Amino acid sequence: MSLKTFLKIDHVDKVFPLGGGKEYVALRDVELEIRENEIVSIIGHSGCGKSTILNLIAGLDTISKGTILLENKHILSPGPERAVVFQNHSLLPWLTVYQNIEMAVKKVLGSTLSASEIRDHVMKYISMVNLDHAKDKYPGEISGGMKQRVGIARALSIQPKVLLMDEPFGALDSLTRANLQDHLMRIQMQTGNTVIIITHDVDEAVLLSDRVIMMTNGPEATIGEILDVNLPRPRKRLELQHNEEYLRCREAIIEFLYSKFAKDDE
Amino acid sequence: MPFKAINILLLPLLLLGVMVGVWSYIALKIPGFPTPSEVWSELFVVLSDPLYNNGAGDQGIALQLGNSLARVFGGFAIAIAVGVPVGLLIGMSKSAYTAFNPYIQILKPVSPLAWLPLALFVFKEVNTTAIFVIFITSIWPIIINTALGVRSVSEDYLNVARVLQLTPFEKVFQIILPVAVPFIFTGMRLSLGIAWLVIVAAEMLTGGVGIGFWIWDEYNNLNYAHIIIGIILIGVIGYILDTVMGLIADFFDYRKRGRV
Ligand SMILES: Nc1ncnc2c1ncn2[C@@H]1O[C@H](COP(=O)(O)OP(=O)(O)OP(=O)(O)O)[C@@H](O)[C@H]1O
Ligand SMILES: [Mg+2]
Repeated sequence: MSLKTFLKIDHVDKVFPLGGGKEYVALRDVELEIRENEIVSIIGHSGCGKSTILNLIAGLDTISKGTILLENKHILSPGPERAVVFQNHSLLPWLTVYQNIEMAVKKVLGSTLSASEIRDHVMKYISMVNLDHAKDKYPGEISGGMKQRVGIARALSIQPKVLLMDEPFGALDSLTRANLQDHLMRIQMQTGNTVIIITHDVDEAVLLSDRVIMMTNGPEATIGEILDVNLPRPRKRLELQHNEEYLRCREAIIEFLYSKFAKDDE
Repeated sequence: MPFKAINILLLPLLLLGVMVGVWSYIALKIPGFPTPSEVWSELFVVLSDPLYNNGAGDQGIALQLGNSLARVFGGFAIAIAVGVPVGLLIGMSKSAYTAFNPYIQILKPVSPLAWLPLALFVFKEVNTTAIFVIFITSIWPIIINTALGVRSVSEDYLNVARVLQLTPFEKVFQIILPVAVPFIFTGMRLSLGIAWLVIVAAEMLTGGVGIGFWIWDEYNNLNYAHIIIGIILIGVIGYILDTVMGLIADFFDYRKRGRV
């Protein structure tokens, strides 16, 4: 794992203008450096500004103050080197699983690949999420967990530098969720992607991440603490059950969320 | 369920009986009003030679209907060619919406027939005038529904387009149109329905040829049975147009292909 800074969030503020000349300072002075190949999760109470940070990195929203640099280049607009897995999968319902991924691959890599290479490339990512059998189905014909896997495959297929995931498993039941977490860890070991994942779930944060970014509550939310998770990979959820490091990390996050920055109205 | 199948046949027939009864009563009360049996036998006369052509003003029913349909489809096609791009534009651009909206709102409630004298003055010709009136009739629902379709494209899909850096052209064809097409077809179906209503009135005013003219001409000929035949034929064709449009609309609607 290289230690050079890969993604740098430098003193970033985000202010939303509200009606009548008022404004809402969602983020204040957020500073974070993320290394290549790292899996980082961002955890915090609802409304603290997790999605806001992710949207700023994705370039889907504009920074009010400060800069975000990816490999020393300013992030000013969205781009395929920062793929996003949206919470509600956002697959195009009129395209099949295959076509959804193909559309992204054609657009981003189409100029460098031949027609048969595009086919192989798309199939490689469909296989990566074990969806070969469903490749010709429409999003409306597959389960929520499968849709989310397609979303992940689509995001990875364009070979992004950073994979941004906004509560990717939030809408899924806990069994499906566990299954997808395993998928994600396995795929990340294969591809070495840098992953930023937003979550509400303490166990998910510890299981997946190299570091857990804990956010304070808004307005003017910022990073409260950063927790290093010193667990070797590959990680097996069963073995972690009683692992000391796992329990320590879990406790630290719970302590942060429910004691230091508790939120009554949740 | 056999009970239901029988009802589907029986209930409309029952009502038909009632209607024929009322009609016969009216025919009895108003001297000269065509009776059901007169209309029935006249129907075969009219339909037996639908393609005769004795020059302007005296042509078979199929030619009359064909002329009306040709005008409707002419104006309708131009309305689609103009209305869909305009709808896409005002759906996608707030500036375009702001510029166009007041005029659309003001022109939309104007009866298309109000344009007819002006069109007749400009074109000096019946056929073009009728096509123009149908164009004006059809354009508003197409513009409005297209714009509605564009605006119903979810933010998520647009974000996908942004992350992939789709060009505006790619965005229209790969993201916006698939969502908007069902809305566009809803607009087209509405337009076609109104156009079929309007053409009858327009042709009564313009004269010459067409089902509207035919009905008015038969009034002048005191041939009231033909008026009723005209009404029935207009209804049947309107129903067919609407059904076919509905089928086409469903075909292009990704949500209606078992994919939801
Ligand atoms: N466009 C906007 N205009 C005004 N305020 C906004 C806007 N978007 C977000 N906010 C506010 O910024 C704050 C952070 O929102 P954000 O969506 O980032 O929270 P979050 O941490 O992702 O919450 P959740 O866990 O519920 O998804 C919230 O208080 C929200 O109301
Ligand atoms: Mg959020």
